[in-house]
Amino acid sequence: MPENIVIIGAGQAGQQAVQSLRSEGFKGAITMVGDEDYPPYQRPPLSKAYLLGSFERPRLFLKPDSFYAEAGCELLLSTSAKAIHRADRTVELTDGRLLAYDKLLLATGARVRKLKCPGADLPGIHYLKTIADVDGLQAVFQAGKRIAIVGGGYIGLEVAAVGAKRGLDVTVFEAMDRLMARAVSPQLSAFYAAEHEKAGVKLKLNTGVEGFEGGAKVERIKAGGQTYEADIVLVGIGVIPCQELAEAAGLACTDGIVVDQNARTSDPHIWSAGDCTRHTGREGQEIRLECVQNAIDQAKHAALSMTGKPKTYSEVPWFWSDQYDLKLQIAGLARPTDRLVQRGEPASRKFAVFHLRDGVVAAVEAVNAAPEYLVGKKMIAEGKRVAAETLADTAIPMKQMG
Amino acid sequence: MPPQKYKVTYIEDTGKSHTVEVAEGWSLMEGAVKHLVPGIDADCGGACACATCQVYVAPEWQDKLPPKGEMEDTMLDFAPDTRPSSRLSCQIRMSPALDGIVLNLPKSQH
Repeated sequence: MPENIVIIGAGQAGQQAVQSLRSEGFKGAITMVGDEDYPPYQRPPLSKAYLLGSFERPRLFLKPDSFYAEAGCELLLSTSAKAIHRADRTVELTDGRLLAYDKLLLATGARVRKLKCPGADLPGIHYLKTIADVDGLQAVFQAGKRIAIVGGGYIGLEVAAVGAKRGLDVTVFEAMDRLMARAVSPQLSAFYAAEHEKAGVKLKLNTGVEGFEGGAKVERIKAGGQTYEADIVLVGIGVIPCQELAEAAGLACTDGIVVDQNARTSDPHIWSAGDCTRHTGREGQEIRLECVQNAIDQAKHAALSMTGKPKTYSEVPWFWSDQYDLKLQIAGLARPTDRLVQRGEPASRKFAVFHLRDGVVAAVEAVNAAPEYLVGKKMIAEGKRVAAETLADTAIPMKQMG
Repeated sequence: MPPQKYKVTYIEDTGKSHTVEVAEGWSLMEGAVKHLVPGIDADCGGACACATCQVYVAPEWQDKLPPKGEMEDTMLDFAPDTRPSSRLSCQIRMSPALDGIVLNLPKSQH
């Protein structure tokens, strides 16, 4: 009898799994459960072109609806899973239905981390993760409005860039001493700080948020011992993996659903992929990756393993961010102890920072510099040893180094 | 008013041909994905970040396309199996001038 696969979570990883299961020859039934009202869609444009209004909603969807029908995947939207009964191999939905599975994929993603300070539940405080979130923000995102952005990470800064472009009065509050501190080198942080200030964005670094005040909606933000007026607040302070179902079912979870290099959890019938997972990275470290690359690649590896063709997941992580006309592309995972090598001048708005670890390229951050990004990514995958002087020498084309 | 749609023919490496309609303003990558044309991965969703939406443009259509941007040009430099006719389909927007365009797809995008 053909097997039955259930996927919980209808995001990028879930969609990729459906596609890969079919391309790997899986013939059984597939059911995908998603708690949002929409079929799987791209999240990256939400804080960029979609918020700007230059990218309409139908373009967000990863596949047309006919894809799921043609792939023989039953899509249960606006539907939540309540529990996994591992002994019976069933998933219980909140509406009481039971879905039997032979193999289960948890692609539950992550949810936004919420602020817990006084006033944090006032209307007018927005988060950004879903289409519904952006539609809610969009309604008030108007020229002349004062927006206070809490968190100077990717989401906060992408919204800041769109806000500046749309004529909002933008202030970013960041608790750390530099922007995108978790994601990029100090050089990049400094460069992006200057770009945002040039666009009129006010940056408040080393400024933790203490609370919000207002009546019917938020009117003021208290941060760093001062009070600032605000019409809108957008909070982007990271995400938390959605692991409750897995945890309640007794699967190993440590700030993420623990999976092996085939995306398999501690239960041999259950796999997991995407933002919700924690896995051993290619350098042997325990990591949780929140990115499109991991959603796609881990889902592909889950599908390979589920169809009996396991392959070790060791792809180089990659990320991107669009702010103004700057395309930031990052490959690999940096460490604070890496030796940093700059190639090109930030003033030219086209440069890269390479991270060398024991002489080997471990990560690259490229701003408007596709060759540095692409060759850098290849070098990371190959564990290539390159002299710092060579990398820094813009007279030597990247292509010659690859 | 819904946007005007124009015809695009995507030809797979195997020779299988797909003629579909793509809305004006949409990218030729989106046109392929929307119509389930296999052979265009578009991992990054059109951000010109992954070079997995390469197409080969039929000779008679090459001059009708807007010139390659710098980013596209350099991404293509490092994509597999490129030819002089290679373009990234996420960077080409559908327009009346491209009605009927023919695109060949590479064997693999990786």
